[in-house]
Amino acid sequence: MKTQFRVAVVNREPVAQERSSLRRRRYGEAGTAWSYVLPSAVIILGLGIVPMVWSLVLSLQSSDLITPAQWVGLKNYQALSHDPTFRAAVGHTLIYTGLFVPLSIAGGLGLALLLNRRVRLIGLYRTLVFVPFVVSATAQGVLFSFIFDSHFGLANAVLHWFHIPPQGFFSDKNQALYLLVLIALWSGVGFCVVVYLAGLQDIPSELVEAAAIDGAGRAATFRYVVWPALRPMTVFLLVWETLQSLQVFDMVFVTTRGGPLESTTVVVFFVWQQAFEVFNAGYAASAAYVLAFGLLLLSIGIRLVRRGEERKVNR
Amino acid sequence: MTVLPVRKRRRWLPFSPWHFVLAPVALLFGLPLVWLVLSSFMTNAQINRFPPTIIPHSLHLDGYRYVLHNALFPRWFLNSAIVALVVVIGNLVFGILGGYAFARLRFGGSRALLALMLGTLVIPFQITMIPEFLIMKDLGLVDTLGALIVPSLVTPFAVFLFRQFFLSLPREVEEAAWMDGCSRLGTLWHIVVPMARPALGTVSVLTFLATWNDLTWPLIAINNDHNYTLQLGLATFQGQHRTEWSAVMAGNLIAVLPVLIAFLAAQRTFIQSLASSAVKG
Repeated sequence: MKTQFRVAVVNREPVAQERSSLRRRRYGEAGTAWSYVLPSAVIILGLGIVPMVWSLVLSLQSSDLITPAQWVGLKNYQALSHDPTFRAAVGHTLIYTGLFVPLSIAGGLGLALLLNRRVRLIGLYRTLVFVPFVVSATAQGVLFSFIFDSHFGLANAVLHWFHIPPQGFFSDKNQALYLLVLIALWSGVGFCVVVYLAGLQDIPSELVEAAAIDGAGRAATFRYVVWPALRPMTVFLLVWETLQSLQVFDMVFVTTRGGPLESTTVVVFFVWQQAFEVFNAGYAASAAYVLAFGLLLLSIGIRLVRRGEERKVNR
Repeated sequence: MTVLPVRKRRRWLPFSPWHFVLAPVALLFGLPLVWLVLSSFMTNAQINRFPPTIIPHSLHLDGYRYVLHNALFPRWFLNSAIVALVVVIGNLVFGILGGYAFARLRFGGSRALLALMLGTLVIPFQITMIPEFLIMKDLGLVDTLGALIVPSLVTPFAVFLFRQFFLSLPREVEEAAWMDGCSRLGTLWHIVVPMARPALGTVSVLTFLATWNDLTWPLIAINNDHNYTLQLGLATFQGQHRTEWSAVMAGNLIAVLPVLIAFLAAQRTFIQSLASSAVKG
């Protein structure tokens, strides 16, 4: 208000004043910016980059987190390559990922196609399919430990009706890992459904109608119109679900603690156990780095494949 | 205007044979949760027999009574609520400030800093967790709620999401407020934040979900059972009460219910947040 009034009365002075105030504001811009960014930068870098480097150093040491650490070079990594428990953990993680990722994506796509229609109660159906996703891994683990309890569980009662003998489930070393995949699917498929449904609803109906007019059947429409349109979602889910399942931990901790007979010991569980149960922190850090290195290679590989495909499309 | 006719039409949709497929599928997803609710209202006698009671003749509160008197569930609930609330507020405040600075203010090294912060998104947690524990120990925060709050107080995800949102807003409104002599913080608070409601919703929902449901970090950072979160308390309680399923399920429902209620109340925000974070990520 004041400035405007003065503009009307005096001509030259306010211009100069405005400039100086603008300059002052410009000058203060960087200072303000840093004060806005600083808390985030300190927390994110301080608890992201710093621990990453620290962990790498730790992986080259022998450390129990209490007594002074000793430099051991690559010995931790050498020991890992001969450690049968670690090798088994890598194997279990790969089986889990190899099953969960394709099944959740295929299941998510199938359910999304199923749920992408206008019938009564469709909102309720969608809600029910998605609701398990917001349930914590802990709660899922506790609930399914109960359902698959070998003595009093619902699962064995259902099998009993069908005259199937009771199963050991989580206490059976041949079933526990596959059971974990099954539970992860129960809660994880909903996320794939949400992503695919969003993708399906973005496909213009003209496109599908045009395909129908051109004589394309349902299968052909899916093959040539829907599936290509969903490509970005598929790629995202492939990357996301792979990263998630290579790092599975919470549900393993709650249901089996890596057992029975280490049949569900996955890599992150191995890391946790080494670091916080056995206090073999250096060894744990090196195991974590092996997994991280795998993740890094994977993401580089995916980026290369994507770039190659983009080039193909551009050509 | 457009919503109304759709609703009207939906009411007259004819019965579709697809229900024969859809209903069993939806039940498969819903039934475990129904069983969770039902069994939490049963007694151990009703549960611990074979085959177990499916539909109880009477409902009991034994499990809840046990959980409230013989465990620290109310305390854990409070801890979880405090941690989730502070972390959500922290992510909103620092996310808005950081996001705004990256979107609108010019300062040396901003690009490099943003790239570095986003880069931390790909660092897997199992790499950082051991040193993070040591840092919390040095700060004297281990075994306090502070250890659960500080590392999550702001995430690169929140900063990035707000930055992207602010970039999509027109500059003119802010510049007008600015010219009228509104301070920078004033402009941010009175003009920009009210326009950012979708981003506020997304960050709140995803932060709450991740914080409330986390088990790994509380497991590492907390020893004293008075400072457990609900998830850690539930996991421990189940480990100690293997056969008292009624109490375990009562505790389980207590741990799940807040998220279920939040989800059912704000389903649209939840689903849009997840779908959009997927497409952007």
